[in-house]
Amino acid sequence: MLVFILRRLAQSAVVVMAMSVLVFAGIFAIGNPIDVLISPEADEFERAAAIARLGLDKPMHEQFIRFVDSALGGDLGTSFVHGVPALGLVLQRFPATLELALCAMLVAVVLGIPLGLWAGLKPDSLAGRVIMTGSILGFSLPTFWVGMMLIMAFAVTLGWLPAGGRGETASLFGVPWSFLTADGLTHLILPAVNLALFKLSLVIRLARAGTREVALQDYVKFARAKGLAPSRVVGVHILKNIMIPVVTVLGLELGSVIAFSVVTESVFAWPGMGKLLIDSILQLDRPVVIAYLLVTVLLFVVINLIVDLVYSLLDPRIRLGGGRA
Amino acid sequence: MSTVMAKAPAVETPFLRLARDFARSRTALAGLAVLVLIVLAALLARWVVPQDPYDLAQLDILDSMLAPGSLGGGGWTYWLGTDDQGRDMLSAIVFGLRTSLLVGVVATLIALAVGVAVGLLAAYAGDRVDGLVMRLVDIQLSFPAILIALILLALLGKGVDKVIVALAAVQWAYYARTIRGSALVERRKEYIEAAQCLALPHGRIMMRHLLPNCLPPLIVVATVQVAHAIALEATLSFLGVGVPVTQPSLGMLIASGYQYMLSGDYWVSLFPGLALLVTIVAINLVGDRLRDVLNPRLNH
Repeated sequence: MLVFILRRLAQSAVVVMAMSVLVFAGIFAIGNPIDVLISPEADEFERAAAIARLGLDKPMHEQFIRFVDSALGGDLGTSFVHGVPALGLVLQRFPATLELALCAMLVAVVLGIPLGLWAGLKPDSLAGRVIMTGSILGFSLPTFWVGMMLIMAFAVTLGWLPAGGRGETASLFGVPWSFLTADGLTHLILPAVNLALFKLSLVIRLARAGTREVALQDYVKFARAKGLAPSRVVGVHILKNIMIPVVTVLGLELGSVIAFSVVTESVFAWPGMGKLLIDSILQLDRPVVIAYLLVTVLLFVVINLIVDLVYSLLDPRIRLGGGRA
Repeated sequence: MSTVMAKAPAVETPFLRLARDFARSRTALAGLAVLVLIVLAALLARWVVPQDPYDLAQLDILDSMLAPGSLGGGGWTYWLGTDDQGRDMLSAIVFGLRTSLLVGVVATLIALAVGVAVGLLAAYAGDRVDGLVMRLVDIQLSFPAILIALILLALLGKGVDKVIVALAAVQWAYYARTIRGSALVERRKEYIEAAQCLALPHGRIMMRHLLPNCLPPLIVVATVQVAHAIALEATLSFLGVGVPVTQPSLGMLIASGYQYMLSGDYWVSLFPGLALLVTIVAINLVGDRLRDVLNPRLNH
């Protein structure tokens, strides 16, 4: 086990290093780093001072060491637009994104499992087929377009829910959260549903496939033969067994939900990390873009690492098999 | 002539069998028909729509923001309405389809070529090369496609060519993994062994013997990936990091209609969105059916 953890940690470190080399190469080799790192509004004197300060006149390998050094110290430059440290700006937006992503996951599970169960128990019924068609649509529809249609329907035409923003927030552990206030919750519903749609389709498919498989197993037949109430058979014997693949896949998908929140946040003007990234790309606020990229890469590596470790705890075959390599 | 035709079905080529199996599903046939129509419309854009939406001389600003079905100053009806510059939405959508399809198909073809080359090499070379390449594929696939595309476009900037590069870079890993999987199975079969005993060059064994037998799963993945590429391109263009304003794709059209949607002028966004949706669903229907038809496990 220890060997497995160590090997996995070393792998993660290699990925983080590779990604920072890539980001570095992207900024320093492809583009002109002076344009990237110094605000276009700076005058000649400021430019010269900044070039000296950032060491852009030094050779490439020295620059890379500087870059890594300051990145390790948490210094990823200052935002051109906001005038504050880029890393702090990104981290400050993180709770909003996390809140949205977790709510979306919740929606996907709470709606997806019952729908998938239903479709799996009665695959040939009308409802079952409608659910499956719906899940195909959920896979096909582009997230941003669904988001716009949700705004169109529920905010513009019906006027039930707000079209964007985070609404009123309340503080918990010194961080503002929307789900703690009624107004914040109404603001949360549409974006969460929008972001959940893709994962919802996935959960429905997983739950349906699982149900169809489990419903044929001997222990389910036996439970039925024993005369247990159908609700107990479904709720205990079937549900418990389909949860395993659903939970694993959802763990793996948390990262992708955070990444996809870029789209939902832009549509609903949700002030999270993703919206910050898009705004920064459009405003050429490069230090913030770099900070976002490095934070997200780190986040992904950590999520993947945790999922792998939990896996190996749950399923000894993975670590006995010597990892995936 | 008719007697010759009558005898023809006796020799059934794999392609004919495939076509017959495919045609058994009416939904898939409908999807294919819609897809053919869409591709034709995109290819023949200039001749099927009333207006060249990017020729400013043909636009009449007096016709801007007309609702669907309105009669324009030029004497024809705008069935899908017009946008803020008096551009016929139907024409804009057909031209947008062109860009969307171009980006999706070209990106998929490039990714396919790269992925096939890398995956085939990994499977054929085995050992270290295989381990290294698959490690790379694993790492790339552990990041969501949209994130990688965003990183690349943030570094590269806007442009049709850049979007194609970004989408190809996102997709190659799927093909590499798919073809490696089937190539590993095929590699151990006797015909490859026979080819190796004949001392045929490695390149020839890979391209002429291994590749053709690994194609079916690849075709399925590629079909579905075209739909993914189109959706991803639309998303990127919607976010403002995709194609430039001068060559709008469907995603771009949807984005530029966004501001009007909140004031109730739904058509500028709704119709390009529907066009995008129909395209993606049609491709997915065809892809789904191809998967069933080409899957040897389901073959009767």
